[in-house]
Amino acid sequence: MSTGGKNPQPQPPVRSGRGASLARKWVQQRHLQTMALLGVVWMIIFHYIPMYGILIAFKHFDIIGTISSAPWAGLEHFRAFLEDDNFWYIVKNTLGISLLKLAIGFPLPIVFALFLNEIRSTRFKKSIQTISYLPHFLSWVILGGILTTWLADTGMINQLLLAWGWIDQPISYLAEPSYFWAIVVSSDIWKELGWSAIIYLAAMAGVSTDMYEAATIDGAGRFQKMWYVTLPAIKGTISILFILAVSGILNSNFDQILVLRNSLNESASNVVDIYVYQVGIQQGRFSYSTAVGLLKSVLALILLLIANSVTKRVNNTSLF
Amino acid sequence: MQLLQRRTAGEAIFDFMNNVFMLIICFVTLYPVWYVLVNSFNEGADAMRGGIYWWPRVFSLGSYQAVFANNGIMTAMGVTIAKTLIGTIVHVFFTAMIAYAYSRKELIGRKLYMLIGTITLFFGGGLIPTYLLIRDLGLLDSFWVYIIPAMFSFFDLIIFMAFFRELPDALEEAAKIDGANDFGIFCRIVLPVSMPVVATIALFHGVYQWNDYFTGMIYINNTDLQPIQTYLYRVVAQSSSNQMMAAAPGGVAQSVTSQSIKLATMVVTTLPIVLVYPFLQKYFVKGLMIGSIKG
Repeated sequence: MSTGGKNPQPQPPVRSGRGASLARKWVQQRHLQTMALLGVVWMIIFHYIPMYGILIAFKHFDIIGTISSAPWAGLEHFRAFLEDDNFWYIVKNTLGISLLKLAIGFPLPIVFALFLNEIRSTRFKKSIQTISYLPHFLSWVILGGILTTWLADTGMINQLLLAWGWIDQPISYLAEPSYFWAIVVSSDIWKELGWSAIIYLAAMAGVSTDMYEAATIDGAGRFQKMWYVTLPAIKGTISILFILAVSGILNSNFDQILVLRNSLNESASNVVDIYVYQVGIQQGRFSYSTAVGLLKSVLALILLLIANSVTKRVNNTSLF
Repeated sequence: MQLLQRRTAGEAIFDFMNNVFMLIICFVTLYPVWYVLVNSFNEGADAMRGGIYWWPRVFSLGSYQAVFANNGIMTAMGVTIAKTLIGTIVHVFFTAMIAYAYSRKELIGRKLYMLIGTITLFFGGGLIPTYLLIRDLGLLDSFWVYIIPAMFSFFDLIIFMAFFRELPDALEEAAKIDGANDFGIFCRIVLPVSMPVVATIALFHGVYQWNDYFTGMIYINNTDLQPIQTYLYRVVAQSSSNQMMAAAPGGVAQSVTSQSIKLATMVVTTLPIVLVYPFLQKYFVKGLMIGSIKG
């Protein structure tokens, strides 16, 4: 998209000459530079200043003072979190919900895409796709409303179970910690199944039909074609998405849990992000909750690097 | 496909089972939404008895009348519409403009700019430092807190760039000869021919703006400035705890209940998205693919 000549001019050996031509070039593209720098300035304000703000995790920061004037605290806030009574069950909930989502929520869209790819009628296939990603566009607030309606004591699930005689008493699902993880994981799958399948379907569309014809001649059945042709063809896509899923593993869907949690299911619903929000925004303990958030980010980064190197070794694909 | 012979019995069974499997998934996806819709059109007090699965038993628009008569809901709806329209226009224009500058090979410092952006994909300040920044910028309790912190996204920039790179050079060269500057070329030539990717990003960001309740929850205290999703969040969170306190519905005389208003609000809040997205579907699938392959 360059506007100049195709071959770069040989650079003059004198440094000052090069600097002058660079400056002239810069003036020539001042409009372009202004546009680009607006973006840089925005990123510095909204991304890099908060990164600098992480310093308060190592300081005794209070609302009135500034970050630089606050006295240093060293690792005190980190130690306080590790010694907190809540520490273990917060870690357990964060990891438990995330691992369940990864173990169940990651492979299911692949299975769904594999079977959807086998649908012969294009129109039927299109309609299923349109329907399957509808929930992705609904907010967790709406889904929270649907779920609380369904799972209430007088809700549909209890009514059906009572009518069939499977239970004698209505169950308050959202008041029972033991049901919470299952509710979170299954509602997440319900929301994102179709949407997550889009990328796999796009990858499958690129598989050459020759491969399927060759497999047919060799006598492969439909399942065998899925297993030996389609699946290996989308291996690279699966790896990349797996790395991304692992790096997001500790973000156990703040929006979703905030909508579904309440004081009764707290022992199963309190995850790091919720804790940071409660302690930081609601109680105003800024330094402590920033330390907790930072600890999580560091762990997430380590997980990302592990996943990246594992898939690199197994599959020769990696993000970087 | 000439090679394929007649379908064998096994193939036919496979196809049949697969179709059934897909229909089940469609049903499971759609039915909860349908259930809310049907119950919202039923008279509230009657709906409390339950058992409404397929069609309203006592049809009533009472809940909707109550929703539209409620000033709080209508104000929140107005805020949401405003923040979605303004936020989407600003986000698309600003992100596309920067992406256009970034996509030009002759841009001095291009590598550095890209590095600055890529870092933001993987590292961030987290909730509290961001909150302090918003506070220091004076954006607390301001409508602009919905617009300015969301006006740019590096991920969307990558999608835009992938599209801009495919545009023919001749398009811009002609305008250059006519004496247009880079900003003019972007506004008058590049943006108009980039409608597929503009539609994709506009849909993504529009949905984000429409659905976001968190910004309204932590940065806004003034109820006149809260969006509908934040309003709904408060209703949903309240009613779920209320239901646990007083599970027995006995002796409700009103025909409109808090539950039926909640359902009607949910329908009103969701309708615009459900109406818009089938039309934009062909764009966003393409846009998502560009983003995933090149990103």
